[in-house]
Amino acid sequence: METLTSTSWKLACRVEDTIENGGVCIKLDNTQIALFYFKRRDEWFATQNECPHKRQMILSRGMIGSLGDKPKVACPFHKKTFALDTGECLSGDECSIKTYPVKVEDNLIYIAI
Amino acid sequence: MREKRVVIIGNGMVGHRFCEKISNKKGDFKLIVFGEEPIRAYDRVHLTDYLGKKTLDDLFMSENRWYKENNIDLHLGDPIKKIDTTKKRVFSIKGLSIDYDYLVFATGSSAFVPPIPGVEKEGVFLYRNINDLDLIREYTSKATKGAVIGGGLLGLEAAKALVDLGINDTAVVEFAPRLMPRQIDELASNTLQTKLKSLGLTCLLQKSTDHIVGDRKIEGLSFADETQLEADILIISAGIKPRDELAKAAGLTIGSRGGIVVDEHMRTSDPAIFAVGECALYEEMIYGLVAPGYEMAETAAATIAGEQKVFSGFDMSTKLKLMGVDVASFGDPFISEPYAYTILLEDKNKGIYKRLNISTDGKRLLGGILVGEASSYNMLLQTVNNNMPLPEHPETLLLGETSSGKSSSSGLEALPDNALICSCEGVTKATICDAVTQQNCEDVDSVRKCTKAGSGCGGCVPMIKDLVTYTMKQQGKYIRNSICEHFNFSRQELFDLIKIHELKSYDEVLDNFGTGHGCESCKPVVSSLLASLWNEMILGKGNDVAQDSNDRFLANIQRGGTYSVVPRIPGGEITPEKLITIGEVAKKYNLYTKITGGQRIDLFGAHLNDLPFIWEELITAGFESGHAYGKALRTVKSCVGSTWCRYGLHDSVSFAIQIEERYRGIRSPHKLKSGVSGCIRECAEAQAKDFGIIATEKGWNLYVCGNGGSKPQHAQLLASDIDSETCIKYLDRFLMFYIRTADPLMRTATWLNKMEGGIDYLRNVVVNDSLEMSETWENEMQALVNAYQCEWKTAVNDPNIRKRFVHFVNAPDEKDDTVRFEEMRGQKKATGWNNSMIY
Ligand code: SRM
Ligand SMILES: Cc1cc2nc3c(=O)[nH]c(=O)nc-3n(C[C@H](O)[C@H](O)[C@H](O)COP(=O)(O)OP(=O)(O)OC[C@H]3O[C@@H](n4cnc5c(N)ncnc54)[C@H](O)[C@@H]3O)c2cc1C
Ligand code: SF4
Ligand code: FES
Repeated sequence: METLTSTSWKLACRVEDTIENGGVCIKLDNTQIALFYFKRRDEWFATQNECPHKRQMILSRGMIGSLGDKPKVACPFHKKTFALDTGECLSGDECSIKTYPVKVEDNLIYIAI
Repeated sequence: MREKRVVIIGNGMVGHRFCEKISNKKGDFKLIVFGEEPIRAYDRVHLTDYLGKKTLDDLFMSENRWYKENNIDLHLGDPIKKIDTTKKRVFSIKGLSIDYDYLVFATGSSAFVPPIPGVEKEGVFLYRNINDLDLIREYTSKATKGAVIGGGLLGLEAAKALVDLGINDTAVVEFAPRLMPRQIDELASNTLQTKLKSLGLTCLLQKSTDHIVGDRKIEGLSFADETQLEADILIISAGIKPRDELAKAAGLTIGSRGGIVVDEHMRTSDPAIFAVGECALYEEMIYGLVAPGYEMAETAAATIAGEQKVFSGFDMSTKLKLMGVDVASFGDPFISEPYAYTILLEDKNKGIYKRLNISTDGKRLLGGILVGEASSYNMLLQTVNNNMPLPEHPETLLLGETSSGKSSSSGLEALPDNALICSCEGVTKATICDAVTQQNCEDVDSVRKCTKAGSGCGGCVPMIKDLVTYTMKQQGKYIRNSICEHFNFSRQELFDLIKIHELKSYDEVLDNFGTGHGCESCKPVVSSLLASLWNEMILGKGNDVAQDSNDRFLANIQRGGTYSVVPRIPGGEITPEKLITIGEVAKKYNLYTKITGGQRIDLFGAHLNDLPFIWEELITAGFESGHAYGKALRTVKSCVGSTWCRYGLHDSVSFAIQIEERYRGIRSPHKLKSGVSGCIRECAEAQAKDFGIIATEKGWNLYVCGNGGSKPQHAQLLASDIDSETCIKYLDRFLMFYIRTADPLMRTATWLNKMEGGIDYLRNVVVNDSLEMSETWENEMQALVNAYQCEWKTAVNDPNIRKRFVHFVNAPDEKDDTVRFEEMRGQKKATGWNNSMIY
């Protein structure tokens, strides 16, 4: 249900630009955002593209998967993993990533930042 | 008989353990607990984790309802303020007065605060309870320079916690001339300091703090030697002080330096009153560790229940629990001549220091210290505690795992049944082995559930793991090496399943044989199996997102997020034209070039967007992928051989090229390297390779399972004086056998080390065909060879694959603008890591 909030949805890309069960990188207002289409769970996630570990713009190229029931992404550099829904670091470090709401309408993807 | 009332003062770790223990005893006891802290007992040992990923809920020692279920009255936030020992009555701050039959002190200790002027200033903290940590966490947001007074176990833990909270500039101030003065010696301390430095911790030794500088808030420390240290947050961790004030007021005997005096039954000077944990003084000693506290709790509970049990002191061996820093001390770490001989090992290169103190007859281990590498801690501790005989050459104990790959299971066998493996929970070897044999526990988690072993400080977990494996092996049980939570199969089992069911994509494999949605462990393993089995283009069928990051973009990722390009140069032979092409491409796309250790050329620093264009040009000039990114054949090094060399027996370059072209692109459990030398001078270093070939007068000698890298190992002779055709046959069989049976990321050398029967068995399989698999394997290999395609050629020509090589999908022509290079010796290099938040 749509509610009246101040969230501003920004057009990110078309569904066919994304990759099933993987991530792509989107540039929105000069911010790099990693957008994941977790097809196996039929869910979309958006997070910051920067891995907080060594601050590399890379998370969109990470492998996604699950830990128990938690959806996660693993950074390609040192395999630190982050929850896609909450952004928390699942490898026992104290760093987390930002996550953003995603919606799909008419084959177009919107991200709220 | 009327129930006996037992009042417990203090709801800390040991007080809680006492409640557990006495609840399980026979007899009718009514327990009433008074705790000063507002929350029920929690795991103080893992307090630091509360600053990290653990919440209070994770730390509680029991469920909320536990006390109720056990009919225990718990009064939290209500400390006892007075005791009337003649009326046997306690009075709480909130005004309760309760009569007791037995009274138990479990009041623990508080941080000792030295009388330094200024300790009351804002920004000075203690490190003892949840409240302290909440205050510290809040204050660190406005602090930049940290200091910790006290370089003991706790001080170092607190200092590391400050660094982890973002105070990168933190110093540890220690009065003694070394760190952890009670546990380690000076050389160990030096090694430890170097290690801590790399984590961002500076150590100031022999510093006595004179006063704390600053008006209202702390601004720094001033030392007796008139030097100063800037700091805006300080943690004091200079030792502990038993909480004996209430006992003292009640007239119980107190030690001269504090602590409630107890006998071996934990009884104080009043026979109805007991004391356990850090407030109790037994034989002039306060035990500042949880394991002895637990033992005391058990002793007091047993005594009250009328059983016979005595406390007879406790081993104070400890391991520092800092991520990435191994420090352990056991037995008597300092004993030396004339009472003992010491064996020392100091490796400044690797940051390792080890010390063993052995009896002068060389037969027993008395104690020791381990810094930098402490994997043998548990076994050494057991050797001391059980007075086990030392091997003839005790110095071998310092070298850790032997290179032959044999584990220390012989040591486990020698351990007596009553050896205490988990001292926190008092669990013996026999109990753990029983859990495996009788309760079917097959991993550490289930052993922990059954026996509680490993649920305390966790230091014994590696040993429990070894014991489980050892016991299962003894029973002839098969040890499952399952890949991860998503697949309950070993790599070898999955190989067969995928093959029989002819599965071609990761998703199919997961749907058929797995659960959940996969992860970064199983995806590359399955992808590698699919590639080894079918040799199809790895980026097709949705398998691209299941590839390890290097495979996914057919290039090695570098710092900053650019990639390297390594064209195949078989045998290291290259024409001038091709050299020119490489130069031109490198110039055009601004790439750093380097000759690699594998006789080829690596071009570094390519943007993701440029990769297909670079490869298009290389392919046009006749190059193909070098698979430097894949777990596949890398290079077959060659020496120049008989075509030019005056010693050369055969044409090693031609044979190297033939071999490289045969096995290129084939995926395996780990990378494969090879070499062909034209004579025994061995200029191609063939004996350091997964498979190496050396020319002889009569043909070739074939060596297998060699390895460079971190644990070098020479290859072993598999067959001698064979002709080229036989050599390739043997190689086909050898490689297929390895691909089929090795664990993920296991090089051939390790694979052979784990193989029962070793090289003789392998020779029997490969040369004598003892498994009757040769024909199958040769056919399978030929099928893989026939299916070869250059992945890069396929990638640049397939628009669906090619379109993935962009950084921004909504701005495909833009490159990642955060990538930075610097200049060096006329070429570019990647800039260092961006400032990281954690280490
Ligand atoms: C480029 C090169 C260094 C050089 O400038 O010479 C190199 C570079 C890397 N090596 Fe290496 N190794 C290179 C020769 C070697 C050699 C020497 C050799 O092959 O004769 C060895 C020791 C021999 C051996 O492997 O037995 C070597 C042992 C390793 C190891 C340790 C392997 C082991 O089993 O212990 C790793 C780590 C791994 O693979 O897990 C590694 C991993 C790496 C990686 C892939 C690290 C990574 O994941 O990013 C480096 C990638 C660089 C890049 O981005 O392209 N590299 N590496 C050499 C490329 C050779 C080639 O043309 O393909
Ligand atoms: C950060 C940290 C790390 C540690 N790491 C380790 C480790 O790795 N290994 C190890 O073995 N040990 C470690 N320890 C020590 C270990 O935590 C203690 O040995 C253990 O907690 C002692 O238990 P206790 O019940 O005696 O005291 P405590 O756990 O301190 O409990 C005593 C309780 O009694 C309460 N109390 C005091 N007076 C009264 C009163 N008058 N009325 C009511 N309640 C009162 C206190 O508020 C407290 O809650 C660590 C300690 C800290 C602080
Ligand atoms: S030795 Fe280490 S640093 Fe050098 S190339 Fe190999 S992996 Fe990289
Ligand atoms: S940069 Fe992401 S894990 Fe290290």
